[in-house]
Amino acid sequence: MKYWRKPLDTDRVKPPHGEVHIVIDRCKGCGFCITYCPRQVLEVSTHFNRKGYHPPTVVHPEACVNCGLCETICPDFAIWSTPVEEPEKQQKVTSEK
Amino acid sequence: MSRLGTPFLDRNEHHPLEDYLRMDRIPHIWCPTCGLGTALNCMLHAIKKSGIPRQNIAVVSGIGCSGRAAGYVNLDSFHTTHGRAIPFATGLKLANPKLKVVLFSGDGDLIAIGGNHLIHAARRNIDLTVIGINNFNYAMTGGQFGPTTPEKARMTTAPYGSFEHPFNVPFLVDSCGATYVARWTALHVRHLTNSILEALHHKGFSFIEVISPCSTVYARRNRLGDGLDLLKYYHENSEIRNGINTRKCDITFQGRLIVGKFVDKEKPTYSDTMTKSLSEALGDRYVPYQGPMQGKNGD
Repeated sequence: MKYWRKPLDTDRVKPPHGEVHIVIDRCKGCGFCITYCPRQVLEVSTHFNRKGYHPPTVVHPEACVNCGLCETICPDFAIWSTPVEEPEKQQKVTSEK
Repeated sequence: MSRLGTPFLDRNEHHPLEDYLRMDRIPHIWCPTCGLGTALNCMLHAIKKSGIPRQNIAVVSGIGCSGRAAGYVNLDSFHTTHGRAIPFATGLKLANPKLKVVLFSGDGDLIAIGGNHLIHAARRNIDLTVIGINNFNYAMTGGQFGPTTPEKARMTTAPYGSFEHPFNVPFLVDSCGATYVARWTALHVRHLTNSILEALHHKGFSFIEVISPCSTVYARRNRLGDGLDLLKYYHENSEIRNGINTRKCDITFQGRLIVGKFVDKEKPTYSDTMTKSLSEALGDRYVPYQGPMQGKNGD
């Protein structure tokens, strides 16, 4: 995230981190979650699910902030996110990559 | 695992709303990119957030695509006859005043055939929460035009474009006396969830219109793409105007969409006025009806 001025509490406040869960075979490939994810975590996958739709796939798992928009906008109850407790560890892992 | 099971689903993973859904009926039959699933999702999130005990909530739906919602929610639910969702809900509310009655129904059911019930429920200010899904047509029966179809929109029974003036639904219910009126689209999920939450705690007739994409009929007949293209249209053309005069929120074909919370006011409800009037007339002889749950819950 880019700041035009560094906030005074960046060392104390950490953005939350989330993990995305997708039920592949429940998805109908509408693309709502992919289009409206504020952090562009998701992308259309190349493989088909059992119904013949392309479900979303997680391409930037480190960017998820557990906002829950995908969970609320999904018409098929196929995607949701859960908070990840240790954000520091997660950030270290992603930076190593 | 059976052959029909979902191989990619870890059995330890559960959707946060699974308690509120009849999971044996999911996936639902609504089309891909339909907005009904999103509206149901928002409603269940709001019910979950509200903290109202689930035995005190009843979901009533009418006929049409949206009517199936009553079968998908794992709450006391009622799938009623066409257009009569409000009369059934009124009966539920009068027989059990402590029940929170939520209507989840479409424009064809609530505003077309059930229009008369809608205006009288708003006039009486019965304590109901109505979520009216407006997809501008009768989608389940094949896309006939209805009282909410915008002028010039092409439908199955209007191949040269509809020439009727459509209803401005928030203005209709506001002028009839509804005490909470809002309109959101299927894209405004946060606002919609908060609005349903407010309406659940609001005392009186609350009406929330949800503009919802219909990809199979409305978008296809008008060459508008699919539901995702309609969401993009909502994104570009909707304007949040809280508290605006409802007279000004007409819907035109692919024009500006005025959304927001338009009315939020206090007024005595039907049961309040009934109790007051009968108490004045009968004095001590009148015993207000408390409902069948009295004593059972200790209150």
